[in-house]
Amino acid sequence: MHKVFSVPDPLRKTPTHYCPGCGHGIAHRLVAEVIQDLGIRGKTIAVAPVGCAVVAYDYWKFDCSEAPHGRALAVATAIKRMQPEKIVFTYQGDGDLAAIGTNETIHAANRGENLSVVFINNAIYGMTGGQLAPTTLLGQKTSTSAAGRDKKLHGYPLKISEMLALLPGVCYLERVSLHNPGEVLKAKSAIRRAFQNQLEGLGFSLVEVLSPCPTYWGLSPREALDWIRDVMQKEFPLGRIK
Amino acid sequence: MAKVVIDRDKCKGCFLCVSFCPKGIIKKSARLNKKGLNFVEVDPKGSCAGCLQCAVICPDCCIEIYK
Repeated sequence: MHKVFSVPDPLRKTPTHYCPGCGHGIAHRLVAEVIQDLGIRGKTIAVAPVGCAVVAYDYWKFDCSEAPHGRALAVATAIKRMQPEKIVFTYQGDGDLAAIGTNETIHAANRGENLSVVFINNAIYGMTGGQLAPTTLLGQKTSTSAAGRDKKLHGYPLKISEMLALLPGVCYLERVSLHNPGEVLKAKSAIRRAFQNQLEGLGFSLVEVLSPCPTYWGLSPREALDWIRDVMQKEFPLGRIK
Repeated sequence: MAKVVIDRDKCKGCFLCVSFCPKGIIKKSARLNKKGLNFVEVDPKGSCAGCLQCAVICPDCCIEIYK
């Protein structure tokens, strides 16, 4: 018998601090698998966000930097410009990339920085206690929208990937999901493509990953995956955006 | 027949593997792991198809598959 599935080498075997059923664990593994498959572990530098994934560097066995909240793409820009031979990527949540860091995100994309971005969209703030995020769906209950998101009070869910598609510096945008094993494999292909684009020097690539947050959605882990399939996907349709 | 090996102490008991296993051979254990959580275990009488779905969906990388 031979091993056909195990922990990829760039991922530490230590248990994560994530809640049961959290999508971050799957996304961390996918990034590690892609880095292993492309054989780029020795020259990869990750920039971690502020949010639940703030200690992502504790789980990956390659170089990582931490950035102030929302500034991952600014830090990544500096690293990539100083060391263009390195493969630099950011791993950011929706609170980091689409709220406090919207400015950095738009300008890094508009400059066409040769970077890869893994954008975890779980439609809520996880680390700080389940508050409304820019990506929260209309009607979705959070700790700061107890009656559900109201468009008059909170505005509409922010579709940052569609916004970035307008910018000529962006070469690749795809929205994927983690709601079943088949979609997880598609998510891995998209992340691989984002890294491959950087290896080929094609410019800014972003993969938006719809990821479950069972704890703050108030659902069981399986119900959270089904909620992505039945509800979240309608607001954030999957597939290639650019 | 494939073989599933589960790291029970890493398992957080989200049971996503249980819900996706097409053969229904992964079960919630009545015992607790070091974290004090119900982990999952494989039914020794079950026959694994080696489809990898449990391992692919596991958020905590607790599952190894041998063929």
